[in-house]
Amino acid sequence: MAELSFVEREMSGWGRLAPRTAAVARPQSAAELDTWIGRDNRPYLAVGARRSYGDTCANDGGPILDLTALNRFQGFDRRTGVLTADAGVLLGDLMQVMVPKGWFPATTPGTRQVTLGGAVANDVHGKNHGKAGAFGTHVLAIELLRSDTGRRWISADSEPELFAATIGGLGLTGIICSVTLQLVPIASAYLHNETLPFANLGAFFDLSRSSEAFEHTVAWIDCTARGPALGKGVFHRADWAADGRLEPHRGAPKSLPLPIPDGLLNPLTLKAFNTLYDGLQRAKPRRSTEHYAQVFHPLDGLDGWNRFYGKAGFYQYQCVTPEGSETAVRELLAVISQSGEGSFLAVLKAFGARPSPGLLSFPMAGYTLALDFRNRGAETLRLLERLDQIVSVAGGRLYPAKDARMSRVMFEAGYPRLDEFRRFRDPLCQSDFAKRMML
Amino acid sequence: MTKVIVLGALSAVAEQTARLYAAEGAELMLVGRDRARLDAVAADLKVRGAVRAEVETMDLAAEAGEARFQGLIQALGGVDHVILAYGVLGGAEVEADLGAARALLDVDFTSAAIWALAAANQLERQKGGALVAIGSVAGDRGRQSNYVYGAAKAGLAVLMQGLAHRLSRSGARAVVVKPGFIDTPMTAHIAKGGPLWARPEAIAAIVRRAADKGGPIVYAPGFWRLILLIIRTVPSPVMHKTQL
Repeated sequence: MAELSFVEREMSGWGRLAPRTAAVARPQSAAELDTWIGRDNRPYLAVGARRSYGDTCANDGGPILDLTALNRFQGFDRRTGVLTADAGVLLGDLMQVMVPKGWFPATTPGTRQVTLGGAVANDVHGKNHGKAGAFGTHVLAIELLRSDTGRRWISADSEPELFAATIGGLGLTGIICSVTLQLVPIASAYLHNETLPFANLGAFFDLSRSSEAFEHTVAWIDCTARGPALGKGVFHRADWAADGRLEPHRGAPKSLPLPIPDGLLNPLTLKAFNTLYDGLQRAKPRRSTEHYAQVFHPLDGLDGWNRFYGKAGFYQYQCVTPEGSETAVRELLAVISQSGEGSFLAVLKAFGARPSPGLLSFPMAGYTLALDFRNRGAETLRLLERLDQIVSVAGGRLYPAKDARMSRVMFEAGYPRLDEFRRFRDPLCQSDFAKRMML
Repeated sequence: MTKVIVLGALSAVAEQTARLYAAEGAELMLVGRDRARLDAVAADLKVRGAVRAEVETMDLAAEAGEARFQGLIQALGGVDHVILAYGVLGGAEVEADLGAARALLDVDFTSAAIWALAAANQLERQKGGALVAIGSVAGDRGRQSNYVYGAAKAGLAVLMQGLAHRLSRSGARAVVVKPGFIDTPMTAHIAKGGPLWARPEAIAAIVRRAADKGGPIVYAPGFWRLILLIIRTVPSPVMHKTQL
């Protein structure tokens, strides 16, 4: 029987903030992964595509189990759309196989380069949160490998508490080996999309409310706009087409040429980019029919875009503030635009009321704002702390998958079910995020 | 639909090649040693579109032969493509242990040659189909670091070249695909990175294409043809000063 074999590799989260050398094993079979049990008493972390930005996918010093080679489908019922697959299957791979059959994940995050296991462990969400809820809402069962109880299938019926802890549980309740997922039927790989420019934040809130009939909604905000134009941007709303064109996305993404000069992004280039983008999108509302890859995964066409921010890496900040927190969103954008530090890609969208299934799920009804900040050391951290204060006062929280720096107090305040969660920790699963939060 | 026998179906390149066939709706016979892993691969290929995915557990190095090959064809109900993809990587350690050297040659050359001959006999009789074997650029010049492995792959390449010649009159084809560095479990212990390393998916696409056209010798990716042309022409006194 094959044993786990470890090699030293340098790894960091998607934000490239703190590269660390870690011993990594990439098991090729379920049996090889099972040799983890009883191997030693070190704290392991299972990882997928490592698209989390900070340290939820890092385990400094401790060993890492890379599950991306366990990427096989196990079974699919084309009448019901129920799919079972290894946790290492990429959502992109899933779409390539399932779209021609007329099925799609009920919701998809902004990149399809994430694994099924990662999508569950972070209870990811998409542009249709109002209709579909978070990813975990559609998970029927999980095969979990725990250091204390071994490998077994769990569901909301069989072990509701452990199941709820595992969805959004950051891989800390055991190793997610397989997932059974309810897909949704689609009649096309394309969506009817409306692009609506709006003048300021007030107009965004109006559009957001009047667009509730659309399945997918999201806005891009120009972070450089101030004063009466604060929060101006472009609103996208889309529904699946029904034209029968079940064509999956194609081809490998383009690579960025290397090396990319440090400091490519500064307030000037930022302004230039936003102005350009604004120009492209401006004028009148526009209707178009676009492929899901364009609508859902605009950055997947550019492999390694995270290198854009140079050697020092970057922070992504994603918060949610509850319903009725329009003032908080305004304050956040005001601080960001004043700082001149925000990225060109600020995403603002409404979360719906569907409760998330996980004890540590991020989404809640309200507004979620996400954007990148180039790492400029203490200055950046101070700015993010100012944003934290606004989020805290509003009763909101931050998304662990994006985080590399929030305080323990902030985390504990944002996730009231933390104590329940702690009971389901696997004693031999660990991450730098968990250590930092003393989870 | 295309009927494909994959000898060594658990190798990374073979599995990725099988996925390409599955997406076309092929019928596959997967041969390897580990039943549980073969079953997992078969289930995966069926979801991906394979009309059939049968498995046969076998020690390919020990059981090579005409009868065994005919058994596989019978189970599949015919054959169009044969992918010969199993093998072991060996370095200088086989110099100290000649038993290990013999074992490596048995796996990578002797048994592979027998399977290739059995497949060629069938394809010649049916006047169609393709045999694709995975070779290696290591077979293009003997180097101190892995010349026993290289010799086995060199022998296999010459055998495939000869089969391509023989089959050319029949309508069947034989191709040897020679990959360079591939990021697979077989090379997990080697530090990777840089443009010379290819992903198994990329090699698989070349293998799949080779079953339809090209050959008889295909480098994967193609730039290795040029690199090996240069390496073959390096004079021995120069070569002997290197650690390659």
